Amino acid sequence: MELFQQLVNGISLGSIYALIALGYTMVYGIVKLINFAHGDVFMVGAFIGFYSITVLDLSFFPALLISMAACAVFGVIIERIAYKPLRNATRIAALITAIGVSLMIENGMIFIRGAQLEAYPTNLLPSENIDIFGVSIKSQSLLILGVSLVLMMILQIIVHKTKIGKAMRAVSYDAEAAKLMGINVNNTISATFAIGSALAGAAGVIFGTYYIKIEPLMGVLPGLKAFVAAVLGGIGIIPGAMVGGLLLGLIEALVSAAGFSLWRDAAAFVVLILILIFLPQGLFGKNKREKV
Amino acid sequence: MLKVEDINVYYGNIQALKGVTLEINQGEIVTLIGANGAGKSTLLKTISGLLKPKNGQVLYEGKSIGGKQAQAIVKQGISHVPEGRRVFANMTVQENLELGAFLRKDKAGMKEDMERVYVLFPRLLERLKQQAGTLSGGEQQMLAMGRALMARPKLLLLDEPSMGLAPLLVKTIFRIIEEINATGTTILLVEQNANLALSIADRAYVVETGRIVLAGTAEELTSSEKVKMAYLGGH
Repeated sequence: MELFQQLVNGISLGSIYALIALGYTMVYGIVKLINFAHGDVFMVGAFIGFYSITVLDLSFFPALLISMAACAVFGVIIERIAYKPLRNATRIAALITAIGVSLMIENGMIFIRGAQLEAYPTNLLPSENIDIFGVSIKSQSLLILGVSLVLMMILQIIVHKTKIGKAMRAVSYDAEAAKLMGINVNNTISATFAIGSALAGAAGVIFGTYYIKIEPLMGVLPGLKAFVAAVLGGIGIIPGAMVGGLLLGLIEALVSAAGFSLWRDAAAFVVLILILIFLPQGLFGKNKREKV
Repeated sequence: MLKVEDINVYYGNIQALKGVTLEINQGEIVTLIGANGAGKSTLLKTISGLLKPKNGQVLYEGKSIGGKQAQAIVKQGISHVPEGRRVFANMTVQENLELGAFLRKDKAGMKEDMERVYVLFPRLLERLKQQAGTLSGGEQQMLAMGRALMARPKLLLLDEPSMGLAPLLVKTIFRIIEEINATGTTILLVEQNANLALSIADRAYVVETGRIVLAGTAEELTSSEKVKMAYLGGH
């Protein structure tokens, strides 16, 4: 029973990883850049949510939406200022820039509001224990899982059914051919950053609601783990990021359940090392050969 | 319809086109023949906006389009079927065709054009729900052409449509090119198979190392000794 509860916790945490991992993977898919500032967008999202709740006196869902919208704009600004001028530069230049942007956001946040912790109010979502077959599960875990799954479903609909989604897939497959269809590649890339960042913002608010404590460096570790999740699922592949995130959350929960909770963080990076050695294309990746 | 006037195009420091001038009239099939690396594909890419000319002019229906974004040029009625087909392999045939009509909003017209594509390429109708990556080379060529037609172009740029295809299929593709032309679409065809290209073209240009070295009607070039020697395998 203890194990079952741990698994539910793992899936809830995993769904947060998955939301962040989606942004990594979508951006990588379209511009081949690991956006290391993505974890910090998650942090900014958590703070926007926090201030919406405490200053504007909003409840969970309005705060979630505001945070998503603000992060979408923030993501596009980052892309336009930092990455767009480097579109034709070497990949290492863009990667180093991403690390620079990450440091700037973290320290900018500390500069603006200080490095102290904040605590989300604990009464945002009903926190009863629900009994399912004799196992008691926190209603919060289920709500968080539900919200994450709904967001992922909306993303799937956007990517597969809407015009902008089709443009995103076309650009990520072959940007030059997409141009010949009349697709505006720059706008499509911006839309990708907007959607990915909105998901990170949502993850930030969900994280704050669930784990209470937030601070300006909170994005570092979840950001790195979400990156692991994206690689685990196969970088650039959207369903891969979802499964990778959930799987990583489960692995961490199982490591904790086995009595090695201090090793929990290390587990994610062991997974990364193993994946890179044995399955570098990830669970969902195909070993692509370049066609001439 | 299209006038290219004295354009120079560079890849970094390497000059790929050197003062190229050509003209295409409404309703024609014009072909560019020349060896690998002569600059034929570069010229098509410049017309469709993937490359910017450093100087010189590209005039389409009297307006300058040289240096405009590719999406603006598609909107004005020039579609480019790139070398190597470049279909979106991870999407279905239907999605590929829909992407061809990306800029259009006239649902009825799009449906009409979709029907027209099925008539030209019945194979595509059979494979509508299939991933484009699973199609044969010939089917992918058909899809690339169908996709371009979905934009309802006035001028169609075709880059090496016969590349890598079996002779029988090449014949089919060329017959379809003539059919497309017969319905009023002007065609600029780049082709290494000069014999075949000249057999359907009205006029032709010969491109060598970034320059146009010869121009004339298809008959004139077919009987030209120089062309025979270099491109038609004659003696």
